[in-house]
Amino acid sequence: MTDKLLQISKLDIALPEGSERDLAVEDLNIELSPGETLCIVGESGSGKSLTARALMGLLPAPHVRVKKGTISFCGEDLTQATEPRMRQIRGSEISMIFQEPMTALNPVMTIGVQIDEVFRYHAEMSQSERRKRAIELLEDVQLPDPKQIMAAYPHELSGGQRQRAMIAMALALEPKILIADEPTTALDVTTQAQILKLVSDMQTVHKSGVLFITHDFGVVADIADRVVVMQYGRVVETGTVDKVLNEPEHTYTKALIASVPSLMPRAPRPRSEQIVLSADKIQKTFGGGKSFFGLGKPNRFVHAVKDVTLDLRSGETLGVVGESGSGKSTLARCIIRLLDSDGGNIMLDDVDIRALNRAEMRPLRTKIQMVFQDPFASINPRIKVGQIISQGPIIQGESRQNAEARARELLEIVGLDERAFNRYPHEFSGGQRQRIGIARALALDPEILVADEPVSALDVSIQAQILELLDEIRENMNLSMLFITHDLRVAAQVCDRLAVMRYGEIVETGATSEIFKNPQHSYTQDLLAAVPGKKWDRKIAG
Amino acid sequence: MNRSSKIIRYVSRRLIQGIPIILAIVVLNFFLLNLAEGDAVDVLAGEAGSATPEYMEEMRKKFGLDKPLPVQLAVYLKNVLQLDLGYSFRHDMQVTELIIDRFWPTLILMVSTILLAVGFGVLLGLFAAINLNTWKDSMVSVFALITYATPLFWVGLMMIILFSIKNDWFPTSGMENSAMFYEGFERVKDIAHHLVLPTITLSLFYLALYTRMMRASMLEQYGQDYVITARAKGVSERRITFVHVLRNALLPVVTMAGVQVGALIGGSVIVESVFAWPGLGMLAFESLFARDLNLLLGIFLLSSGLVVAVNLVVDVVYCFLDPRIEVN
Repeated sequence: MTDKLLQISKLDIALPEGSERDLAVEDLNIELSPGETLCIVGESGSGKSLTARALMGLLPAPHVRVKKGTISFCGEDLTQATEPRMRQIRGSEISMIFQEPMTALNPVMTIGVQIDEVFRYHAEMSQSERRKRAIELLEDVQLPDPKQIMAAYPHELSGGQRQRAMIAMALALEPKILIADEPTTALDVTTQAQILKLVSDMQTVHKSGVLFITHDFGVVADIADRVVVMQYGRVVETGTVDKVLNEPEHTYTKALIASVPSLMPRAPRPRSEQIVLSADKIQKTFGGGKSFFGLGKPNRFVHAVKDVTLDLRSGETLGVVGESGSGKSTLARCIIRLLDSDGGNIMLDDVDIRALNRAEMRPLRTKIQMVFQDPFASINPRIKVGQIISQGPIIQGESRQNAEARARELLEIVGLDERAFNRYPHEFSGGQRQRIGIARALALDPEILVADEPVSALDVSIQAQILELLDEIRENMNLSMLFITHDLRVAAQVCDRLAVMRYGEIVETGATSEIFKNPQHSYTQDLLAAVPGKKWDRKIAG
Repeated sequence: MNRSSKIIRYVSRRLIQGIPIILAIVVLNFFLLNLAEGDAVDVLAGEAGSATPEYMEEMRKKFGLDKPLPVQLAVYLKNVLQLDLGYSFRHDMQVTELIIDRFWPTLILMVSTILLAVGFGVLLGLFAAINLNTWKDSMVSVFALITYATPLFWVGLMMIILFSIKNDWFPTSGMENSAMFYEGFERVKDIAHHLVLPTITLSLFYLALYTRMMRASMLEQYGQDYVITARAKGVSERRITFVHVLRNALLPVVTMAGVQVGALIGGSVIVESVFAWPGLGMLAFESLFARDLNLLLGIFLLSSGLVVAVNLVVDVVYCFLDPRIEVN
């Protein structure tokens, strides 16, 4: 007699021929007991998501399949189960929530219908009974006005609300196992904290086993009972959360944990007196436009940036932190003149660059450069790396020879091989591309670097390397940096000063260490309280 | 404000916006047509065989063709605003009367073509996507490729040879057998019988287009996250295909169909000529060579109105298909 809900033993999952490696998951052994939360941690490509898919019988067949091993669910081997049987299990005994609440729901079906499907396929209930249960579920996951949500389409809900609706759906029939595949990665920290609490509350009520897949050690510290660390499809370490987080044995686990940015802000550095950039009362609104003949309602009006004032001094890194929709990216784009702001002025060395036209702005572009968030979308895939980097200086009148020589130098500075010069961007990984993006920005010898979430698309170990690189460059080239981020851990490690933004306004500014020690505004306090893994951090620090 | 009153507001606003668009089209067409050499008097005189320059001058005066272009335009616009499209000297009839006479055959042909092309295109695309990478899928793809690549007039001629001459199944030309003086249902049957070949000919090309589009759109939707969510709920593959994926996959096809209605009017010229279908396409073609500008402008006006109206209908349909689209 086994009291385990789930026992995976010696599981191999094969990748299609010609892939980077033969097996996505190799010799995997995992156990899950009722009421337990097991976290599978790993970086992208570690095979953690495919493990979850294999459990559900949802591997992208026929290319990816279970090669050998057993998945025993309450004594039943799921690798041998028929498709009708699997369909029965899915949604009722094992259910799953996904990473992207934006795309995981059908955009043209109401929430009510989508929840109803779970009952329709697994339970014999009358329509009115099903509706009653669905409304109860929405109440359970603390959605406001469940009746209205039933009739709403996914696009009418926020990301957090959609994830709640997903959880309601997953928990509809009190499954024995809930699989959560990075369910909070796409959410803001405060929402993430609420969703994590909801999952653990639900687990206490239903006594289900939770298999939680994540790359975030902070989340692990907050919710896990036991942890499995995966790398390249193999389990490198398993154990209780205390043991793995505080006394990791495997070198990979140690390295991963070491690259998690600490919440302890770094020691403040003396502040220079010289202001290199100052923005005064910047305004930016989107939407507007006139309605036609007075018919139709006036268009929606979004005040993305409201009266934002900030100073950037020589050699310092100013962090702009806030959740999605706070206007931080819009602000960055206004400052670098990718967007035209509606009011205020932006002084760069005594010139108000807000008033300049395109041609007048061009020579000043060398002084202020940007590093973008998405290393895949922000680089033209049809142009060779060398050209990407040397293009800027050539436009500014540098000779091709000099520009290319400088590009080669820069490749070295950002830690890439000189041979990268003649290659196309697709040959590089995300982290390497971000290095290319940084080299491109540096090619013009800027005084100011605006970095818009430069590490949020990267794995934690790569993230640490890029942050280190940015730090190094800032030291060596005496750059001042405007660093946009939503991640307070990253902000703590990189920024000398912080500006906290919400709804387009700066609610608090100050030295990073001051803000972390003694946040003044209630929103800053909420943000800090929501960062996952705080207790764990204190444990390491103390 | 509720949805239906929002839609009414939206439709009325779009209708008002349509007026300047149509007027602009009229002005543009007027100048474009006048760029062509010769006028109706040249053609009439040429056909009569003998006409003195004085007589031609007199005719021009009578038709109002002696006035400078801007004046002619102003007169024409004034008449259009009073819903008077002028007089066709060629046909000796009011243009309005003539156009409305020929409008119904074209409308019948267009509506049946669109229904056939979109309907069968969607079904075939769906069928191919469900049977992906099997011989059924390949059959559909080959069929689509062949019909896509074959010229319209050739298909029309082959249809006539095959189904009218070799096998006397369908009539070769015309819209109805006027010698029989059918009434009521008999007449409808007769017209339907005549309609078969032109409709198939005109719709084949579009059918192929929609088939390919629908197939691609279905496959794209199958790859979306919500499909995995539905599978993870234990929903059957049948429901995933016909409820989850189908509706999402239809959206681009509907958009495309709306855009192509305009092109369809152009395509109908060929088919109407081949099958001697007494529609607007034929009329436009004839009036172009007769330099019957009044008539031509009238036809253009009607077709542009039609395109504007169809686009509006598509937009409203789209609102119902896709809840994310909000009318405002």
